[in-house]
Amino acid sequence: MRYVFNFRDVWAQWDFIASGVAVTIALTIATVIAGSMIGALGAAARVYGPPWMRSLVACYVECIRNTPLIVQLFIVFFGLPSAGLRLDAMPAAMIALTINLGAYATEIIRAGIEAVPRAQIEAGRSLGLSGVQVFRHVVLMPALRIVYPALTAQFVLVMLATSIVSQISAPDLFHVASIIQSRTFRDFEIYAVVAAIYLALAVVLKFAFAAIGHLAFARR
Amino acid sequence: MIREFNLIDVYYLLLAARWTLALTGIAFLGGGLVGMIVAVMRVSPFAPLRLASTLFVNVVQGIPLLAWLFVFFFGLPILAGVRISPWTAAIAAYAIYAGAFLGEIWRGCLQAIPRQQWEAGAALALSFGEQLYYIIVPQAIRIAVPPTVGFLVQLIKNTSLAAVIGFVELTREGQLTNAATYQPFTVYIVVAAIYFAMCFPLTQWSRRLERTLRVAR
Repeated sequence: MRYVFNFRDVWAQWDFIASGVAVTIALTIATVIAGSMIGALGAAARVYGPPWMRSLVACYVECIRNTPLIVQLFIVFFGLPSAGLRLDAMPAAMIALTINLGAYATEIIRAGIEAVPRAQIEAGRSLGLSGVQVFRHVVLMPALRIVYPALTAQFVLVMLATSIVSQISAPDLFHVASIIQSRTFRDFEIYAVVAAIYLALAVVLKFAFAAIGHLAFARR
Repeated sequence: MIREFNLIDVYYLLLAARWTLALTGIAFLGGGLVGMIVAVMRVSPFAPLRLASTLFVNVVQGIPLLAWLFVFFFGLPILAGVRISPWTAAIAAYAIYAGAFLGEIWRGCLQAIPRQQWEAGAALALSFGEQLYYIIVPQAIRIAVPPTVGFLVQLIKNTSLAAVIGFVELTREGQLTNAATYQPFTVYIVVAAIYFAMCFPLTQWSRRLERTLRVAR
């Protein structure tokens, strides 16, 4: 028996696929923004906070980084309702992804903050800048410039990881793929097309981050 | 009737964790083989090889692992003309996936060795393969160990995705246990704790190796 490839049934659903792409992009953007904020706060708390806060953040980072995202997603989506908190698929997906990225971003930004020389902070203080001003201008910005490549690589990984939210039926690109699969039985075709779309998104994202980095960190 | 979640379930989850470890081990072996080839191609003096391996790494890293699993699970039967088990699909997908990441990690280690070492080898009339084998690799292995252990943690966590093509490992066993007991919070917390117990020692080990390396330099 020879298999005949048939992409027509897949193309016929292009608007449905597009809706999945839109959800994936929206989920990625929301996660990146919220996750980076948690990362910046977490890193600051990890380096400058009181000891109890430091160990709390360390515990958060280690717990998240040593367990799979899919299990975290299941805990938020299936587990929390039994604790009295019922969430729809999309909010649950957003929360799980944000908590996950927050831990990785904390670790990445912390490395950047620790790379800023002490003397630079003292120089800032001696110019009469307040603690918050020193943190913003003297520590965080140079730190972000140092870790920008690592951070954006993590963002691309998050975009790819959004495919996992299909497992709790959030309507992202991968979930759309599984619906089309069950409608058309064109398993290989739909997953090949979806894989190509993810690849295109990853490439576009990489170039976009490179361009943004160039604009944001060009002046020194 | 829905039964209670009790110690016997924890025992079954621990048994399922063996399959997580087995899949990790096989994926690491397969990925290590692919990764070695990729890393050597990436530093080879022959441009088309470098280009091909760069393309391979970028394509694999630009597509979610979940998509690789499905493409292999549904695609291999079509291309090879045989029905395949979740085992075969998972091993193929993980070997490709781990190969791209390990190849990239090891390329970095090979390139971290100063150029002069290559040149010294060339001055002694060693071929590319001999330079690599006698001079570069023995030095690169030392710096390759910490990031490789770190990647092992990634791999353990990512084997959880094999659950979606029906491979019964820790996460899938968690889903099955949940279906029987309907106590998702307890079940998935236990599953997460088992993953943590497997990954955390490796994370710490990788960190310690890194520190020793920094002191040694």
